Amino acid sequence: MGAPPPATSISFGGGHRRPVATGNQEFTLDTAAKLAAQEGGGAQVQGRSPWALAGRRLRRNYVALASLGVFLLVVVSCLLAPVYASHVAHRGANDANLTGYIHENGKTIPVISNGGSRVLPDGTVIVIPAGQPIGPQWGAAGGQYVLGADQLGRDLAVRLLYGGENSLRVGLLSAAISTIVSVLLALLAGYFGGVVDWILSRVFDLIWAFPVVLLGIALGTALSINGFHHFGIHLAAGDLWIPTAVIAFVFIPYIARPLRGQVLALREKEFVEAAVAQGAGPLRIMLTELLPNIASTVLVLFSLIVANAILTEVGLSFLGAGVQPPNASWGTLIADGQSWLATDPWFSMLPGIFIAISVLSLNIFGDGLRDALDPRAKVRIER
Amino acid sequence: MGAFVLRRTVGMVLVLIAVSFITYLIFIKIPGGDPAARLAGRTATPANIESIRIKLGLNHSFIVQWFDMVKSLLSGTLISYYNGGTNVVGQIEQGLPATFSLCLGAGVIWLFFGILVGTISAAAAGRFSDRAITALALIGISLPVAWLGLVLLYLFADGGLTSAFAYGGYYPITQNPWEWATHLILPWITLAVLFIGFYGRVLRSNILDTINEDFVRTAKAKGLSPRRIMVKHVLRASLIPIVTLFGLDFAAVLGGGAIITETVYSLQGVGFYAYQSIQAQDLPALMGVTLYGAAFIVVFSVIVDVAYAYLDPRIRLA
Repeated sequence: MGAPPPATSISFGGGHRRPVATGNQEFTLDTAAKLAAQEGGGAQVQGRSPWALAGRRLRRNYVALASLGVFLLVVVSCLLAPVYASHVAHRGANDANLTGYIHENGKTIPVISNGGSRVLPDGTVIVIPAGQPIGPQWGAAGGQYVLGADQLGRDLAVRLLYGGENSLRVGLLSAAISTIVSVLLALLAGYFGGVVDWILSRVFDLIWAFPVVLLGIALGTALSINGFHHFGIHLAAGDLWIPTAVIAFVFIPYIARPLRGQVLALREKEFVEAAVAQGAGPLRIMLTELLPNIASTVLVLFSLIVANAILTEVGLSFLGAGVQPPNASWGTLIADGQSWLATDPWFSMLPGIFIAISVLSLNIFGDGLRDALDPRAKVRIER
Repeated sequence: MGAFVLRRTVGMVLVLIAVSFITYLIFIKIPGGDPAARLAGRTATPANIESIRIKLGLNHSFIVQWFDMVKSLLSGTLISYYNGGTNVVGQIEQGLPATFSLCLGAGVIWLFFGILVGTISAAAAGRFSDRAITALALIGISLPVAWLGLVLLYLFADGGLTSAFAYGGYYPITQNPWEWATHLILPWITLAVLFIGFYGRVLRSNILDTINEDFVRTAKAKGLSPRRIMVKHVLRASLIPIVTLFGLDFAAVLGGGAIITETVYSLQGVGFYAYQSIQAQDLPALMGVTLYGAAFIVVFSVIVDVAYAYLDPRIRLA
């Protein structure tokens, strides 16, 4: 009977397991010895820490590494938005230009059409409605309006980069905040158990009872009216920290619940008992005994939550409950472009392509990270 | 079993009470400032604000206010204080046919294709078709829904490249089932793609785990054909988590999770009503929709739990 391939050996770019899972070959101690000989010279096998082993597995997973590279490339391009704005487009992200003109091959074209008609060389007459922004100029206008303008005459290429910066900032920061808070809550709930666990679990249940998008919309809309002014924190209505905090909040149960389960199980292990016997206090046990043991799960969850947080930001901003105007985000750009879908499809398409590339590369990297850290882990985000 | 159902039902009622309280907190307390002015929206007159203050009973204590809100929601008299004061509950009810049509169709599509994709890719584990499906599933869960909707509109809807389908809008099934379906086919696909990718991935890893179980080895030893083992033994065992997932996801989608799809396609469902309420900053309406969505999720998760406990007696004792 052929040994069934282990689940992780065929996952996206699970290159590290490939030697073992070659077809129907039975895995015996012989093959293990052979593999050991291939990998590290046989006799002198040195002890390696689990992190070193995971790092080695990750380094061999070229698909995952390439994805990380792609994501970093997107991040760097978006961070260069101010450079592009000042040196190429000569126009800031929120600079409206309702009555301006651009000069192209000696012709003068209004950024927002005044309406009228144009006669093509073959005699057909095109009626141009008033208020239509110019479409992509690519290189023709000397770096201006490379991707066209929006309804206020703002440069779309500049807004795409600034919007990306906002979307990525909200996604990464909210995922980081959510993960840190969830880890703390999960450690508290799992370590102390009893009443603490009961209360925290009910809080997770309550947040979990709301649909992610709806809770985000409710909080985002309520906070976008007057901002947030409680507990000595003052956030203005259009502040980027509002969508960041909202998204961080809605994802808490999705990270905290699986971690709490892990901590509960670890709490009963002998090494925790040993630490208690040595006189370690709660803080020490949580930070030096429990935290390192859930660290790999936390890392994997974080990379997957970033991808989900970016998608959530895009959804909220598309609906008007995330990043507020005049600031751009990939979500608001998609929404703005919907009106011009028939005449200028690039308007909506490009932000979406950028989102898809970022989220896809993060998902691939997250899968690779999971395979590298713990090939048997089944960490995933249930939503 | 009776005790289990009772316990879950009591828990459900408690959660619903807490959910309604939190929702009220979100809309009345968190933003700060004068709630009446806020509820009236940005373009309200002082007279408007004053009438809302009286109507809402904002001079009463918070608990009384919250209780009144729940009462008016349950009796179907929660009034939006914007847009001439439409009845929130009535608006939600009006949106239900479109939302149900969207979710039912999409649910059937994503369950069918999710199972198909997951099974094929697990059966071909390691081969090219598996890698291709795995990659496609990963792309599926990475696409922003709003964008996917617009891409499909641009490619296939009226005024786009092919004009194969209608450009959004909802057509009641009672008037013309054919128009109903052709208006909904693009929204169905848009909503289903994410879930197909997700379910395919989950099912694939479930199947690969189940294959290692003893009962599968027994089936092989008995000499059953691989196809029969896959369909009758492996798939049946692997599908249980999928059924749970489907119950919860379906509730989430019904309860407002389809808001982006409804907005892109202007389907006049509950989600589209929520979208319009965001644009108008109509908070009572959003409050109603949020509670409606949370109620769906809470009730459905209890139903799923009870169904699960019925299938698997071990859960009842936990």
